Amino acid sequence: MSRILHPFHGGIRPPEHKRHSNGSRIGSLPLPSQLVLSLRQHIGQPARPIVVPGDTVLKGQTLAVPEGRISSALHAPTSGRIVAIEPRSVPHPSGLTELCVVLVPDGQERWVERMPFDWRTAGIEAVAQQLCAMGVVGLGGAGFPTHLKLGSGRGIETLVINGAECEPYITCDDRLMRERAADLVAGIQILRTLLRAQTVLVGVEDNKPEAIEALQLACGGADIEVVALPTRYPSGGAKQLIRLLTGLEVPAGTRATELGVQCFNVGTVYALYRALEHGEPLISRIVTLTGAVARPGNVEALLGTPLDALMQHAGADDGVEGYLYGGPMMGFALPSLAAGLTKSGNCIVAKSPALFPPAPPPMPCIRCGDCAQVCPAELQPMDLYWFARARQFDRARERHLFDCIECGACAYVCPSHIPLVDYYRHAKAELWAADAAGQAADLARRRHQARQRRLEAAQQARAERRSPHAAPVPAVTSPAPVVLPPPQTDAPAPLDEKQARIAAALARAAARRDGAGQPPAAASAQPVADEAQPVADEKQARIEAAMARAAQRRAAQESRR
Amino acid sequence: MRTSPFLSAATPLQRVMLKVLAALLPGIALQVWLFGIGVLAQLALASVAALATEALCLKLRGYPVRRFVSDGSALVCAWLLALSLPPLAPWWLAVLGSMFAIALGKQVYGGLGQNTFNPAMVGFVVLIVSFPAQMSHWAAPLAAGPAYLDASAQLAHIFGGVLPHGIGFDALASATPLDAARTAVRQGLPGPDGMLGGTSAWLALGWLVGGLFLLQQRLIPWQLPCGFLGALAVLAALFHWADPAAHAGALFHLGSGAALLGAFFIVTDPVTAPTTARGRIIYAASAGALTYLIRAFGNFPDGVAFAVLIMNMATPLLDQLTQPPVFGRKAGRAGRS
Ligand code: SF4
Ligand code: SF4
Repeated sequence: MSRILHPFHGGIRPPEHKRHSNGSRIGSLPLPSQLVLSLRQHIGQPARPIVVPGDTVLKGQTLAVPEGRISSALHAPTSGRIVAIEPRSVPHPSGLTELCVVLVPDGQERWVERMPFDWRTAGIEAVAQQLCAMGVVGLGGAGFPTHLKLGSGRGIETLVINGAECEPYITCDDRLMRERAADLVAGIQILRTLLRAQTVLVGVEDNKPEAIEALQLACGGADIEVVALPTRYPSGGAKQLIRLLTGLEVPAGTRATELGVQCFNVGTVYALYRALEHGEPLISRIVTLTGAVARPGNVEALLGTPLDALMQHAGADDGVEGYLYGGPMMGFALPSLAAGLTKSGNCIVAKSPALFPPAPPPMPCIRCGDCAQVCPAELQPMDLYWFARARQFDRARERHLFDCIECGACAYVCPSHIPLVDYYRHAKAELWAADAAGQAADLARRRHQARQRRLEAAQQARAERRSPHAAPVPAVTSPAPVVLPPPQTDAPAPLDEKQARIAAALARAAARRDGAGQPPAAASAQPVADEAQPVADEKQARIEAAMARAAQRRAAQESRR
Repeated sequence: MRTSPFLSAATPLQRVMLKVLAALLPGIALQVWLFGIGVLAQLALASVAALATEALCLKLRGYPVRRFVSDGSALVCAWLLALSLPPLAPWWLAVLGSMFAIALGKQVYGGLGQNTFNPAMVGFVVLIVSFPAQMSHWAAPLAAGPAYLDASAQLAHIFGGVLPHGIGFDALASATPLDAARTAVRQGLPGPDGMLGGTSAWLALGWLVGGLFLLQQRLIPWQLPCGFLGALAVLAALFHWADPAAHAGALFHLGSGAALLGAFFIVTDPVTAPTTARGRIIYAASAGALTYLIRAFGNFPDGVAFAVLIMNMATPLLDQLTQPPVFGRKAGRAGRS
């Protein structure tokens, strides 16, 4: 393709290790004996359960509904019985527990009724509602609810589809693009129509020639440009990819939409296609099982599948000394395999000393500047490190610490083996804590002032009552509405997540302000049921037609290969 | 807690330092060939003294001695200092210089990575200020010298201060090439070419080979040697053009061994140089210009050390003033590149 690329600054080329897992078709797993489904499958507010232990559920039935604006629904990945809703450990670096729905499959795989959604006539708001109700969130790792990315229907200029998959070891998007290119392209076409995008660019790193070819075939005459990107980590970072493909640099602190660009991961687009064309909620995902395992590969696994079942399936070696959730550059070490698979779980890497030799002890920074050479955010990592170490967090912030995407390129090249990203995460956490403390102090001050006013008002009222020409007793002045600061719950997180958390906090606060008595999410609780009511033969037919079309296309694609 | 990334590709620090030492070898071989075994003696003296001082300081400061002594940085510092000393200098000069370099130039600041000044140059300047006579006693290159000292005689002079019967130091002595040039020019003699220019050009070639190796290995940024040599050459050429009788030309200045050693091994010390690309250019060019001015108009035989130390002071400021724009924060660029 002749598109002119706009390389971003820096980047690295770590060994890919993709061949271990990209050679075989996407497999599947026997039904596990139990599914553990975290209610926090996405950025933002956890979903609110609407089932209780003892309930029997159908495959695809809604288990929990979105709570607040930044949230998404959760569904039963298979039919069975709910045995518990209790805190269980979730995939998180700290071994955190979260409220989880525990489902014991009955082996019947009985589906709820699935209805394709008429996205062509529904209007953007309704489509967004549907995606929210279908639990579609970003599958690239961040887990941002997809319905929030559709915008208001004003339309965008460029739709960017992220198939870069730049992290070493991970191949789930690669296999998806190879095996389900037709469905993927159908999903891209839906997005293009919904967003009224003029240009559609699919970026795939050139170390995945089969995926590129499959997509190009599937696109056929459609006006979708599949662009081979030079393999360079982190070309899959949204801002890096947008820069690479369009030359646009998304200004710090703004969204790509402001430049008329929107970016979706291929896995997300596929989930969106399933949700809209087939009425299937997001209940499974493709996950790469790799590293020191006997049978590396990709499986399409039900959400909530215990991670140890996945690793058993892949045949984890005896020499394994730990597991990574996500890739080696941006993933984290799992404290245990007890948790269930989540929507953002794109990869599990079994670590062996041979694949991941222990890092040598860190040495002092010699200011060689190698880190700055590779930083895709164009920061000066050694200065950020210096400030973080000296606990001059504010100076780190001045030098744009929060523009750091925690890609790890700097630490990867540092000859002194300094765990630079650890320092940045720590500094960010300290700054958030300080900000929260500042807000809390602010809040306390405002509360105090409000109380002061109340007391004065009451005193005045008393005084007026005592006076002979008393006016009717005024109602006690209610205190000024109080905005609570966002709770600093978990460990440092990527920037987007932070923004999402802030937004979620604001939404919570707004909800609290609006209705004192009503549960805030009541409004958005029922969309699934509503959608499912009018059973139309017409729709049924359309499903089948769509399925047939997809199958045809897939067959055509297979034969062309 | 160790978090991502879980991969590392970096050449460990020790290997970086080893490569720098390796890059010095061609120049060292030439220097030995030209000046004799005394060069090696100076290297050995400085190495032992530097490592011992480093170990002692680390122990006093409660640092893991083995890990930090073995990082190789003390050796690099010792070698650079030793290569700047007259090959027949008395043994205590190298020892004292190395101790100063490590203790005063590096450890008092907090060790590797924390020092403001290039430690080797700190050692050199302490010596040249305290012992100007010994520091200017350059023996003539073996090939050009009026008398020939064999290896044992060289060592006897370094360690015992004795010379073979009947030879005085004056008979051996030569000025540094630059001094010779200056004297020659001032005395209205023809230029220094053919006198010492030839030998020092050989030496320059040795450093150049090592420097190109470092560039090829991406261990030094090109801005530093290029900025330094560029500014030195331009100034030299300008002055030579204005008054050829009083000033040697650009080639002479570049061909002095010290200029290339400085450009590739001293100006490039990452710890004391700026980290931004623009900062590095300004830093190196200023050091090159200062080197020329000190050479041409100052009283010291060479200017690299002073120029580098002066510019070291400007490094933090340069870094601050030359911060490159951050992704998504480029002024006047609402996106389009
Ligand atoms: S790569 Fe490491 S040693 Fe080099 S400047 Fe960056 S932090 Fe310092
Ligand atoms: S982790 Fe942050 S500082 Fe390091 S290279 Fe990536 S963006 Fe730059």
